[in-house]
Order: sequence, then structure tokens, then C-alpha cells
Amino acid sequence: MAEPQIRIAHASKVFTSAGGDIEALRDISIDIPAGQFVCLLGPSGCGKSTLLNAVAGFSLVTSGQILVEGKPVTDTGPDRGMVFQEYALFPWMTVAQNIGFGLQIRKTPVATIKQTVDRLLETLRLTEFKDRFPKDLSGGMRQRVAIARILALDSPIMLMDEPFGALDALTRRSLQDELLKIQASLRKTVLFVTHSIEESIYLADRIIALSYRPGTVKLDIAVDLPRPRDASSAEFNALKRQLAEVVMHEQERHQEAEVRGLTVD
Amino acid sequence: MAESRYKAALRGVWVPLVLLILWQLAATLKWINPQVLPSPVQVVVRWWAYLTPADPYDPASGGRLAWLFSGELIRDAIGSLTRVVSGFVIGTVLALPLGLAMGASTRVNDWFNPLVQLIRPIPPIAFIPLSILWFGLGNPPAIFLIALGAFFPVLMNTIAGVQHVDVIYLRAARNLGADRFTLFTRVIMPAATPYILSGARIGMGTAFIVVIVAEMIAVNNGLGFRILEAREYFWSDKIIAGMLSIGLIGLAIDLIMARINNHLLRWHRGLERDRG
Repeated sequence: MAEPQIRIAHASKVFTSAGGDIEALRDISIDIPAGQFVCLLGPSGCGKSTLLNAVAGFSLVTSGQILVEGKPVTDTGPDRGMVFQEYALFPWMTVAQNIGFGLQIRKTPVATIKQTVDRLLETLRLTEFKDRFPKDLSGGMRQRVAIARILALDSPIMLMDEPFGALDALTRRSLQDELLKIQASLRKTVLFVTHSIEESIYLADRIIALSYRPGTVKLDIAVDLPRPRDASSAEFNALKRQLAEVVMHEQERHQEAEVRGLTVD
Repeated sequence: MAESRYKAALRGVWVPLVLLILWQLAATLKWINPQVLPSPVQVVVRWWAYLTPADPYDPASGGRLAWLFSGELIRDAIGSLTRVVSGFVIGTVLALPLGLAMGASTRVNDWFNPLVQLIRPIPPIAFIPLSILWFGLGNPPAIFLIALGAFFPVLMNTIAGVQHVDVIYLRAARNLGADRFTLFTRVIMPAATPYILSGARIGMGTAFIVVIVAEMIAVNNGLGFRILEAREYFWSDKIIAGMLSIGLIGLAIDLIMARINNHLLRWHRGLERDRG
């Protein structure tokens, strides 16, 4: 078997703070082959974003290691394009400038940048907004720009941190479909953080549920339902129940911990 | 929308108009000594005399345009504006790189911050004696004081602007492969512009205060000098005419600064309603 594109091996992360250490991740091992769509699922506080940030290289693991294409992650980089929940578009750049920024950093010739940007504007149906600033765009459009921005760099890996969490249900569904289309045609590896069970089943080839603090791998299952997936089908719902049990249990632990925290303080 | 704006502007006319009528009434009925408070009409007459050329047009001494601008008020206004602009430019040009460096590097901040905190609370006016000792009389001390007045607001806001750049932009840019230089020029600097520009606007306000004071003390032309001179002759009408000129020029400068702001920050969310 070929080397996995992303290898997370016995990764742990401890945040040290004045109030005491917090163990966010404990001994996580996951291998992700190229082209797989993986959802990291769990309640808030389970460390799924911490794990994503570690893969992205924003904040490194404290023990164990994360290898991408066989090389340990030491910093962030355009081979792992990140889509943030808060969009993180540069508000002083127009849509087209935002999308072309990564290529500009690489000193790509202007004509090539324009070509790539135009193509991506077309793909993500943003052409008529190319000279607008992000403040003029809806949440869904902003997130499409953020996706185009990393597609421009042709990153083999897309890291997505609850990218559709702030969108309304209809916009979210259309962006999910767009993302699936993109992933199907470009065969990107996607590591997608969400707390929505339904979203994870709708999107993923594989779902990894994390436990609440410390984050450990609670469940790692393949989803081989045919696409496009029907959320009302029996299989979809069976899977949903199975995952709900795990996630709800962790959610309860989260709430208990919060209540304990409140009574102790 | 346009109509209500028109109405609002019209509402703003009433209070000054009533005051103006009361003022004229007080002068006509001789409630107040005209040396203390001249009538509005008298002020306008004096203002006109101050604005228009003193001598009749004489083709021998230059073109018609030069003659048209030879009025005392115009020369004073040009003098004051030249000082404000040069002082402001000097102050800003010095404050901007220092502010960027102090905001971006804790080490540079550690070096300069104690000194800055020590000097900043000293009003520029308190530097007058020292500036005259250092630079003598005339434009140099005035420009020094104006530069000083503009320096600190621009500096403090630039530091704050750089320090308050949202970490999400830095992460996103580093993720796209930006090196430190690109990060600074393409992300940190634009992200800090709203702060820097509001610092520049405050700095311009301070510069305008300082120019009037500096002219009263170190220079013998300009609007500040003229209203002080008018007091010596007991020309209260000219004092008021000079003050109103200062007010109008200040307003014009602020409007120009606001225009520049709105253009440079057309991407900024907070300005959505300010455009128009």
C-alpha cells in the first residue's frame, strides 16, 4: 500500500496556561490517503479544530508527529490550503485580487494569474462580483471566494474548519454540493471539520468522531453510500443514529464538564 | 432620503440665523459696545476688505490673477496652509515608519516606548520656548511645532493599527505562502490603514491648532498672527473675520481628509453608510 498523504501518528497536544494544563488531543493516529474526503466530527471542545490547525501548521502538536507527503509539518504552507469558518478574506482586496493573491506571492506571471482567476470565478459563479470587495458579498459568496483562493494554488490538500457553519441551510447545501463537485473532479484530499452529523454523512468518504477532552479517536468509519446522498434514505438515517449516539455521549460529557467547571469556580 | 437630508440641512440653518439676528439687533440697538462686539454687517464688510486686494489693479506690477490673490487674507491663508501642510507632512513621514516598526516588533517598541510615553503628554505648545531657542523666529519653529503636533497622533494610531491586525488575516496569508515582507506590505499595512488614517485626521486637527498658536508667537504673517495683530489695534471686526476664516479653512481641510479617507477605505465595512 502506498504511503498515506497525511499521517498523524500518536499526536498529542497540551495547552499550557496559568490556570493549569489542558490536554486537547491524546495519542491520535490517523492515516489519510490522497483524494479521500475525511470529516472530523465532534462536539465543540473536542479538539477537532486543534487537530486541523496542527495539520495546517498553525500550532504544532506537543508530542507524536504529523507527516504530509512523508515530511513532518513544521509550518503552514500552500500545499495545505485552509478555508476558515470566518472566511478570512482580505477586506482591502477585491474578489479577483483575493483569489489571485496566492499566485502573486508565488510570482506567477500576471497573464497566468488572470487566466486562473477568470477560470475560478467562472467555476464558482463569481464572475460578476470580481471587482467587489468582500464586504459587499453574502456569507455564501465569501466562502466561495475563500475556496477559489486555495484552488488557485492547486493545493493537493484542502483543510476546512467548519467552513459552512455560519451559513443558512439552503446556502450551505448548495456549497456542499459545489464542494463535492470540485472534489470529484480535482481529487483533492479534504480534511473537513464539522459538528453537524448530517453534514459529515452528506460529504465524507470517511468520518472520524473525536471524544471530548482529551480528544481521542472515538470512531473511524467509512461511508460508502452512493452519491448524491439522500438524507431521507434508511441507510443515511441508520448511520446518523449510530453517529448520534457517539457524539451525543461526548456532548453530554462536555456539558457535565462545563457544569463542574461552573460549580468549582 | 435626499429630501430628508435637505430638510435636515435646512433645520441646521435656523439656530445660526436666529443668533445672527439677535447679534445684529444687539449692535443696532447699541446694547453692547461695538469695540467689544461689532455688528455682523461690520464683520462682513471688514472681511471683504481683508479678502480683496488693497491697491487698485496696476498692469505694471503683474498679471490680473496675481492681483486678484494679493489680498491680505489670501496671503495669510496661504502662509498658514503652507506651514500646516509642511509640518504635517514632516510629522507624518517621521511617525509612520517608527509606528510601523514599533507596532510590528516588540523589541523596537521596548526601545522607544518609554521615551514616547514621556514626551507625548507634553502639549506641543509647551515646546514653544525651546523651539524659539533652537530655531529662532520665523517658519522653522512654527513648522517644528506643527510637526510635533501631528507626530504623536499618527505614531500612536499606527502602533495600535499594526498591533490590532486580526490574527486570522496573518494565518490566511501565511497559509497562502506569504513571507514576512509580503505579510507586512500586503496584509499588516492595509489592515492598519483605518487606524493610521484616523490618526492622520487627529494629527491634522492638532497641526491646525498649533499653527495658529505658533503664528501668534514666532511668525509675522498668517491667520494666527493677523488676529493677534488686530487685537493690538482694537479691530474686533477683523479678529472675528480672521476667526471665521480659520474655521472655514479648518472645515475645508477636514472635509478633504474625510474624502481621502473614504476613498482609501472604500473596502472598509464601517464606511458603508458614510459614502454618498
